[in-house]
Amino acid sequence: MMMKSLKMTVAALALSAGAAQAADVEVLHWWTSGGEAAALNVLKQDLEGQGIGWQDMPVAGGGGTEAMTVLRARVTAGDPPTAVQALGFDILDWGNQGALANLNELAAKEGWDDVVPEALQAFAKVDGKWISAPVNVHSTNWVWANKSVLDANGIAVPTTWDEFTAAVETLKAAGVTPIAHGGQAWQDATVFDAVVMSTGGADFYKAAFVDLDEDALGSDTMKEAFDRMAYIRANVDENFSGRDWNLATAMVINGEAGFQMMGDWAKGEFLNAGKVPGEDFLCFRFPGTGDTVTFNADQFMMFDQGGTVSSEQAALASAILSPSFQIAFNKVKGSVPARTDVDGSDLDACGQQGMKDLAAAASSGKLFGSMAHGHAAPAAVKNAVYDVVTAHFNGEYDSATAVQELVDAVSIAQ
Amino acid sequence: MAMADVPRGQTKASAPEKDFRTKLQEWLPKLVLSPSLALVAIFVYGFIAFTIYLSFTDSRILPFVGADGQPTYDLIGFANYEKLFKLSHWEIALTNMAVFAGLYIVVCTAIGLMLAIFLDQKIRGEGMLRPLYLYPMALSFIVTGTAWKWFLDPGIGLENIMISWGWESFTFDWIKNRDYAIYTVVLAAVWQTSGFVMAMFLAGLRGIDNEILKAAQMDGASNWNLYRRIIIPQLRPAFLSAFVILSHLAIKTFDLVIAMTGGGPGRATELPATFMYSYTFGRNQMGIGASSAVIMLMTIAAIMIPYLYAELREKK
Amino acid sequence: MAVASSDTAIRTGRVTRTFLYLVLLLFALFYMLPLYVMLVNSVKPLSEITGGGMMSLPQTWTVEPWTKAWNTAQIGVESTGLAPYFWNSIKMVVPAVAISTILGALNGYVLTKWRFKYDTILFGLMLFACFIPFQMVLIPMATVLGKLGLAGTTTGLVLVHVVYGIGFSTLYFRNYYAAFPTELVRAAQIDGAGFFQIFWRILLPSSGPITVVCVIWQFTNIWNDFLFGASFAAGNAQPMTVALNNLVQSSTGVKEYNVHFAGAILAALPTLLVYIVAGRYFVRGLMAGSVKG
Repeated sequence: MMMKSLKMTVAALALSAGAAQAADVEVLHWWTSGGEAAALNVLKQDLEGQGIGWQDMPVAGGGGTEAMTVLRARVTAGDPPTAVQALGFDILDWGNQGALANLNELAAKEGWDDVVPEALQAFAKVDGKWISAPVNVHSTNWVWANKSVLDANGIAVPTTWDEFTAAVETLKAAGVTPIAHGGQAWQDATVFDAVVMSTGGADFYKAAFVDLDEDALGSDTMKEAFDRMAYIRANVDENFSGRDWNLATAMVINGEAGFQMMGDWAKGEFLNAGKVPGEDFLCFRFPGTGDTVTFNADQFMMFDQGGTVSSEQAALASAILSPSFQIAFNKVKGSVPARTDVDGSDLDACGQQGMKDLAAAASSGKLFGSMAHGHAAPAAVKNAVYDVVTAHFNGEYDSATAVQELVDAVSIAQ
Repeated sequence: MAMADVPRGQTKASAPEKDFRTKLQEWLPKLVLSPSLALVAIFVYGFIAFTIYLSFTDSRILPFVGADGQPTYDLIGFANYEKLFKLSHWEIALTNMAVFAGLYIVVCTAIGLMLAIFLDQKIRGEGMLRPLYLYPMALSFIVTGTAWKWFLDPGIGLENIMISWGWESFTFDWIKNRDYAIYTVVLAAVWQTSGFVMAMFLAGLRGIDNEILKAAQMDGASNWNLYRRIIIPQLRPAFLSAFVILSHLAIKTFDLVIAMTGGGPGRATELPATFMYSYTFGRNQMGIGASSAVIMLMTIAAIMIPYLYAELREKK
Repeated sequence: MAVASSDTAIRTGRVTRTFLYLVLLLFALFYMLPLYVMLVNSVKPLSEITGGGMMSLPQTWTVEPWTKAWNTAQIGVESTGLAPYFWNSIKMVVPAVAISTILGALNGYVLTKWRFKYDTILFGLMLFACFIPFQMVLIPMATVLGKLGLAGTTTGLVLVHVVYGIGFSTLYFRNYYAAFPTELVRAAQIDGAGFFQIFWRILLPSSGPITVVCVIWQFTNIWNDFLFGASFAAGNAQPMTVALNNLVQSSTGVKEYNVHFAGAILAALPTLLVYIVAGRYFVRGLMAGSVKG
């Protein structure tokens, strides 16, 4: 008797919970900083205009790790949110678990296949099924420079590694910190991405980081990449360790340092400080990676809700890919739209450059996922690479040891 | 569950009322204890069993879901443990734990005891000082970690201040130095809890009978001997409480490291708790994460069980 | 139980006393340091912080970070500030602290005054619960809460905090009641007082100090918990720490450190208040109980 009534109570609870969900979408994300959250609010209002409620579930921290932890608890408890912000391989992992919805019907209707770059589709589809809605594309191989510092020292935008080292030496001689950097594993790895691309070229990058080819990982080219990392390490200031990336950006803004290697989100810091692209600061691709783009992309993966895509979920996905949201959001975020067919004239110079580069790289097959940002290899491998890169950057290994450790670490992590 | 026995007993109350009452009184203590025991049995020991089982599987993103993504799993024996002990990362975490926990417990106890003894000397303004010593315990490390990080940063914190005050040669860059960074974590952790330990010792000191002390003083004992021979031995229960609380905090230290150093520079301040979290949730290697949790638990048990056994037995 | 008294038989000379005050003041400074960093940065504009003046007094004083953190800062998609989350935390903390304290008191009473077989072992088993790393229990806990239908509810969150609070609350009350004269309990028993009567009339009236200790301890721990709050609270019932974390942690956005510090102090105010108001009873409570064998 008691068991039965208990079961009924549970069933009633589940029903009422389901009823609440029917009219609402619940969205788990980690966009809590001013600009990002405000941009997301555009999406919320769009949905509310269609009579769909938005239950916000923000969990920030660790570049999304915290949110992924919470997600696991939610899924284990049998109560997944409608949509979850996610990156790269996390999406594929969840897709492979069969936990995500099949958005193909909507995607076909709206023609996603034609407008989203293929390299990005690889992270939004599993077995030919669309499982998530891409929001943006960040490219990570940018260099940010203080224009007046460069001008004062007669430095032109460097396009090769040698020009870059010459510029660094000039800055050093002038008493300016050449490179602003924050010594956190992910920042070290972001630089490493660009250095590997620049040292070995696109094919090498793919072999080493996407195919995880042992020969490439253990090659002399990789050793040279580590040597270049050591060069960069030698040209950052003594206090780099543990510094937040935006404080490193502030060094460039304040003219204390010449360059920072960082993804396009750094632009927001410049704009927030009232700086104008092209006049106060410069954005250009890491020397030697001019025609390639390494990217990471934020997406919302859509969780399966009993085998069907509810109209609310479909409305959410559709709103995410609508050109108006893509532009509104990416203007704030610093990234570029995930679809290449939108009109980017609203974006600033760096944003337009980014869109042009993305379209070019996508059509020439030189658009690659960023290792540092979890778009080249699964999380376990990514973190294994972090371990080695950061240990080398902090002087624990020399370059030869680092190459050996890299091969070992990657093989253990697979 | 056990509660159900009571009403059933009541309906069967053919026995005289007094008998039932006596019986109930006999059972009540156990009944009262049983919900807590049931909760602990499930949520502590059940979960430990779960984790041990998990550590023998190849679970990655979710428990009991195998590497191929299907909702099945393989029992892979001790493979996770073998991998774990091959990882230099884990070795670093273990070494750091030994350094951190040892120093943290000893330094906290020493400072706490010292402050308590000093405060116990009829200090004017004790009422002001006590909350000052205690308040760090109230703050969450999500942000005090940042405050510490800045203060210890040679570019903007202490070193910079000292240099700007004219002490040109002053250097304090431990937080940036792989060999010393772990000590800055100890420093911040000591800051947080030593005041609390002080309170426990102060309480112990205040509970000591003054007559004994006066008698000993009559016999010509010095202050030093008074503390060494009479007072500190009487603080034994306070030492037990301090040890239990400090070791539990040491093992759970997580937020502090994340906020202060993020495990760096490099991997220099990685601890088992951060290791486990990173492998279980960040790297999708839940099996390895679980095996590291099991090793942590075994270490805790190896230290705590003999200690608790000795302490609890003595009290009987 | 010893009567509270700050009287001590130890006598100290003038030089020693100067030294004592010096050391005590030095430590007071040490404990104040991070609070200084937080306070001073919470009242200056962001440009001064990123300009490098993290340790200096503000050139321009402003309370804007405080009002922003409380009322208008972006926590999720809406710019609500920390204010609404404050009540979420209260709704979770009050029942969790109350239940775990009551259970701890009852357990302590049973374990000390109603000796039965294995009571020490049972206590040891409960105490070991304090040492479970919370990251480890996250997934099995989610499974259990899901099965109970408590996932994403405040009730579930309260349950979690009660479970992991029992160990310490039992420890406190057990040690406290161990020092309570058992003869009084026996005498009452002979007079025919029942189990709960003894607890209610004899032990509880003198449990004030240890209750303060236990409540402070539980309140601080539960209020400051992040992991469980983030994982098991519903989106609109997230506690203060999760909101604070959302305010402070941003991967790729502009970091407003001044607002962060103001928010951190706001989030800590209830616990700070508890320590300052109840601080004097705290030492008294510890004295009366937990440290006496």
